[in-house]
Amino acid sequence: MNIVVCVKYVPDATADRTFDSTDNTVDRVGVDGLLSELDEYAIEEALTITESGGGEVTVLTMGPAQAAAAVRKSLQMGAHKGVHVLDDAIHGSDAAATSLVLAEAIKKLDHDLIITGMASTDGGMSVIPAMLAERLGIAQVTFASEIVVDGETVRIRRDGDVATETIEASTPLVLSVTDQSNEPRYPSFKGIMAAKKKPVETWSLTELGVDPAQVGLDSAWTKVTAYVARPPRTAGEIVTDEGDGGTKLVEFLASNKFV
Amino acid sequence: MAEVLVLVDHVEGAVSKPTLELLTLARRLGEPSAVLIGAGADAAHGALASHGAEKIYVLDAPELTEYLVAPKAEALAQLVADTSPAAVLLASSAEGKEIGGRLAIKCDSGIITDAVDVEAVDGGVQMTQSVFAGNFTVTSRVTKGTPIVTIKPNSTTPQEHPAAGTVETISVQVSDNAKGARITETKPRGKSGRPELTEAPIVVSGGRGTGGDFSEVEAFADSLGAAVGASRAAVDSGWYPHAFQVGQTGKTVSPQLYVATGISGAIQHRAGMQTSKTIVAVNKDEEAPIFELVDFGVVGNLKTVLPQATEAIVKRKG
Repeated sequence: MNIVVCVKYVPDATADRTFDSTDNTVDRVGVDGLLSELDEYAIEEALTITESGGGEVTVLTMGPAQAAAAVRKSLQMGAHKGVHVLDDAIHGSDAAATSLVLAEAIKKLDHDLIITGMASTDGGMSVIPAMLAERLGIAQVTFASEIVVDGETVRIRRDGDVATETIEASTPLVLSVTDQSNEPRYPSFKGIMAAKKKPVETWSLTELGVDPAQVGLDSAWTKVTAYVARPPRTAGEIVTDEGDGGTKLVEFLASNKFV
Repeated sequence: MAEVLVLVDHVEGAVSKPTLELLTLARRLGEPSAVLIGAGADAAHGALASHGAEKIYVLDAPELTEYLVAPKAEALAQLVADTSPAAVLLASSAEGKEIGGRLAIKCDSGIITDAVDVEAVDGGVQMTQSVFAGNFTVTSRVTKGTPIVTIKPNSTTPQEHPAAGTVETISVQVSDNAKGARITETKPRGKSGRPELTEAPIVVSGGRGTGGDFSEVEAFADSLGAAVGASRAAVDSGWYPHAFQVGQTGKTVSPQLYVATGISGAIQHRAGMQTSKTIVAVNKDEEAPIFELVDFGVVGNLKTVLPQATEAIVKRKG
């Protein structure tokens, strides 16, 4: 079973993430970036499936030159090859354009399954799997907690808010996995060395047959009109429990009409 | 006035609170039309009409609910084509986002997710979102097609607004292409008897400091009529189910009051609760980053502070 894992290079969530003030896009260059943590679960899932059932894992990303780091980390974890869609015209693309570029790239790759993380840690929209499935004309099952592959049939468990569902679908299929689905491996020393020899292709939009006018900030279907840093919360009152901490807590709640 | 389509989130006609919030917000943009997919139209009618639904489109066919979202997205796309709405509003749930994502591509329309506010500005629709763990507030517009917006629970207070609630039954054809993922089994989750986490006006969460025993947290939550949440550390330790996790990879909550107990307040957790109106924390470690966010904090052991507070609240309520 051949699997394409879509990964994203995101600004580090523990750094001071911000916007580029010239065009209101996410600052992907001035802030340290890395492979979105939630994508590691998708890579792990893909590796587990191919280790028992055979096949190759191709990791696919799009983004600026720095995004190659996300591909490298994926290869170090064990993915077999990488594809980086790199094109200046991509800057500022919204979810719709992102799904267009990824879908066109996926069409050129062997794919029985397409696996993503549950969300990116920056935009966090969680809409790419559904958009990819729509563009590819196939089904998607998101937020999978457990995936069992049985030939061309895939059984998925989803732990939803009101119910746990079992879903059955056939390949080709788009899946997203939660951070409860597995425990991502760390790259081993051997994996890090091996990754240096793994093939990584860089594709432009032209190679994908995507018109640059369909992507990027100017043709985005949505636009950020303004961004404001949230005012820091003013420091509140802190008391130390001296046997009356609970009482003081309730006094605060009562004075704010919560009890 | 243009219609605004609101996809109803319901279980057998029992309408969720976020749906009533969507109807309330929809009135700012045009005339709300509720879209009810599945059985339960009669049960849902009262709640929808009393919250502003001028029209209620009822789409009930087995194919719409036996499969994952694709048939629902098809049906909604058909309605969008037929009604040319000013916007489509959906709940910011996993399902809402999946339907929205497919709908956006089908209708060549922009989508904004996790909006906390929506308003009519300059003849268009402006959305407000809270991003980067709540550190930035962003306003945005959809510049192509019909604005498709998923809205977070608790973004507004549902307001009653009697409306006609005229029912239109719509028959739909589900394409074979949309039948790719079949739901073979559904096991309802046991009910805790507490309010739903993302909808509750008060949330009390426990973390590592509980040591695995949530009884003090639960008793305190119950005295306030609150929902119970948990930090990732508590969930990863197997102390509380993942469905109750508050944070980046769990639920994002924005209640009137959030009480974090035994939770240090790492970025992962803050991302899920930072936009709460009032924040209170109880933690043994006075250096815990959670104290940077709070309106009121108690440096102390939750095992003694919470039972004392619970007792005081019960006494007050008499």
